[in-house]
Amino acid sequence: MSSALLERPAPAATTAPPGLLQVHDLRKRYRSGDRTLEVLRGVDFAVAPGEFVAIVGQSGSGKSTLLHLMGLLDGADDGTISLDGVRIDDLPAARRDRLRNTALGMVFQAYHLLPELDALENVLAPLMVRHGVLEWLRLRGRARAQARELLERFGLGGRLHHKPRQLSGGEMQRVAIARALVTRPRVLLADEPTGNLDEATGAEILDTLCDLNRQDGLSIVLVTHDAAIARRADRIVRLAAGRVEDA
Amino acid sequence: MYKLLLCWRYLRTRWIALASVVSVTLGVATMIVVNAVMAGFSHEMQTRIHGILSDLVFESHSLSGFQDPDFHMEEIRKAAGDQIAGMTPTVAVPAMLSFQVRGQWVTRQVMFIGIDEATHAGVSDFGRYLQHPGNRRQLSFHLRDGGYDTVDSQSDTARPAVTRPALEGAGWQHRRMRVERERAWRAQQDADRARTDDTASNEDDRPADRQVDELLAATSPSDEAAAGRPADPFKAARPAEGRTMDPAREQFTGIVPGIGLASFRDASGIDRFLVLPGDDVKVTFPTAGTPPKAVSDTFTIVDFYESKMSEYDSNFVFVPIAALQRMRGMIDPQSGVASVNSIQIKLREGADLDAVRDRLRRVFPADIYAVSSWRDKQGPLLSAVDMEMSVLNILLFLIIAVAGFGILAIFFMIVVEKTRDIGILKSLGARATGIAGIFLGYGLFLGLVGAGAGMALGLAIVWNINRIRAGVEWLTGQRVFDPSIYYFFKIPTIVEPFTILWIVAGAVAIAVAASVLPALRAARLHPVEALRHE
Repeated sequence: MSSALLERPAPAATTAPPGLLQVHDLRKRYRSGDRTLEVLRGVDFAVAPGEFVAIVGQSGSGKSTLLHLMGLLDGADDGTISLDGVRIDDLPAARRDRLRNTALGMVFQAYHLLPELDALENVLAPLMVRHGVLEWLRLRGRARAQARELLERFGLGGRLHHKPRQLSGGEMQRVAIARALVTRPRVLLADEPTGNLDEATGAEILDTLCDLNRQDGLSIVLVTHDAAIARRADRIVRLAAGRVEDA
Repeated sequence: MYKLLLCWRYLRTRWIALASVVSVTLGVATMIVVNAVMAGFSHEMQTRIHGILSDLVFESHSLSGFQDPDFHMEEIRKAAGDQIAGMTPTVAVPAMLSFQVRGQWVTRQVMFIGIDEATHAGVSDFGRYLQHPGNRRQLSFHLRDGGYDTVDSQSDTARPAVTRPALEGAGWQHRRMRVERERAWRAQQDADRARTDDTASNEDDRPADRQVDELLAATSPSDEAAAGRPADPFKAARPAEGRTMDPAREQFTGIVPGIGLASFRDASGIDRFLVLPGDDVKVTFPTAGTPPKAVSDTFTIVDFYESKMSEYDSNFVFVPIAALQRMRGMIDPQSGVASVNSIQIKLREGADLDAVRDRLRRVFPADIYAVSSWRDKQGPLLSAVDMEMSVLNILLFLIIAVAGFGILAIFFMIVVEKTRDIGILKSLGARATGIAGIFLGYGLFLGLVGAGAGMALGLAIVWNINRIRAGVEWLTGQRVFDPSIYYFFKIPTIVEPFTILWIVAGAVAIAVAASVLPALRAARLHPVEALRHE
């Protein structure tokens, strides 16, 4: 991918705290019946611009929940999430939807592609969500070129019009990454992106993420339970019993 | 944009949802067909009724009628002359029609209507319903030589559904043949009677006006009763006093009975006649005055009246008004001024029926005169048809509503099936309203597809309904639509664009309404839970 795709105006460095994405004292409880399960008990950490952070922890340590909260898919019970120093978790629903669409890219373990759409359309989906019909008709050419370029970069140039069920796991995950990047997000949130893949394919995906981080300066937060994968990151944040363990 | 794309993809990949709109399609098609046929029947019926009745009927409550129709017509013209295109007086009395079939007397209860042959066709479609082309142009109560239609003149199909071979020889030819046959038979009878010689006819063969005169003379103190009488306009058509009439060359007063009184239709669509134009019949009717006396006279059938409303065709008998007035004693002996029962009024094109009626009602006292429009006269029938149509529409719309519940159920299934996709879309930043929009749009698409297909199917059936009927009749060998019952030759249909629009819009609205609940459910799904959904 050309760096132009991820180009953006430089953040206002003067007021911004050190983190691009900052989590402070984040708490999340789940209630089932009369039992309350505290998943996150005050998590604090920050992602610097261009940083590749791996969050590791055992199953049930709350790492996926943390990622969902950072991706604004769920609401925290307490604590704050800030992007570029601006609190984003208490924004109205419409603004949060907008942020999910523009600033946050998400990749999931189960790829989560839309089965009715082909690879190219899946990549275009976030842009379609962003634009209304008329606007879309105006922008369609540019958006398609951009999506095609991304897919070609990930070696999917020949699979543009294949439906997800005609793609292998690795291909699907690369389509999912392309979809997350087509909106030029500030940060990529990846939840066990290699979890459903065999070792070799998983390694390829991981290489792709590392390339994106190094070449394009993309900030990445990757959740995994695999220490070997986590070691590829710049920094490892360990989550245990709902808190960040001191390294 | 994604909403449209996904709606379209779901439409193309979810056949089960299309199955759910089949019921919408069928419901819409049924509604269109039923409405078109009902509207066709209703229109046909109204045209017929309106063709028989004039726009407005001005009548007296009394069977004896009111005097001096010319004065009344002048008053009506003064009240609403600008709206009136034509008027004609009529006299209507209940009567009995008797005729002989193979030596047996057949008697029918009829409405005996005296009409003015010059003006009556001008106020209603009366003229169009006659069987002789000459009479259709201008009615004459004189028997025609022949040339009566042997097929239904109102049929517009290439192959006539109804034939009337019996009318071939009707008219003077038939009359002469019959008279000769009767004479031969009577000669035989006389020869027989000469042997037995004990019969004395006690039949009252005097013409009705003579009977009336006697009745009047008996009840009236005035002796100069007959002095001021106007000349009898049908003198020529009646046997002169003291002279024997030659029925082979002369006729009695002409009448036009409804065709249903004189004929019946057999299974092959041929009308069989009990009497024909040229035959003589007896009519018994009440005189004017109190109490009415029954008098009877002999008349000659000169044509048949066929409005195709069996109620009228088997009830009406038309007679020259002057003859009826004289026979009933409706002509004032002193002044020679006649009475009539009613005045039929035809309004100008575009005149407001009810407004003119109300204007006349204000002028004429309601306790003596009744002014009613043709709609008022047939009010119960027309409103019954309207009511029938609304009830049918409600029932059929319920069918579409049931289809709506089918859509609701299938949409819920689709929402459950698509839970993960909904979560994905939310993670990509789709708004809750957008997610709801997908399913509402999907419902709209399905509604449009279902209603569109239903409209196409319904219109196809309506436009080919008579071909379909013929096909079904050919397949089953049974008559689906019997023209001898309905007096139509084909199923009448009227397609009203507004009705179709209404039906389609209703069906689409139901489809959209049925998708509201599933759409709300989809919009409310929690993204994280939706993403975890397997």
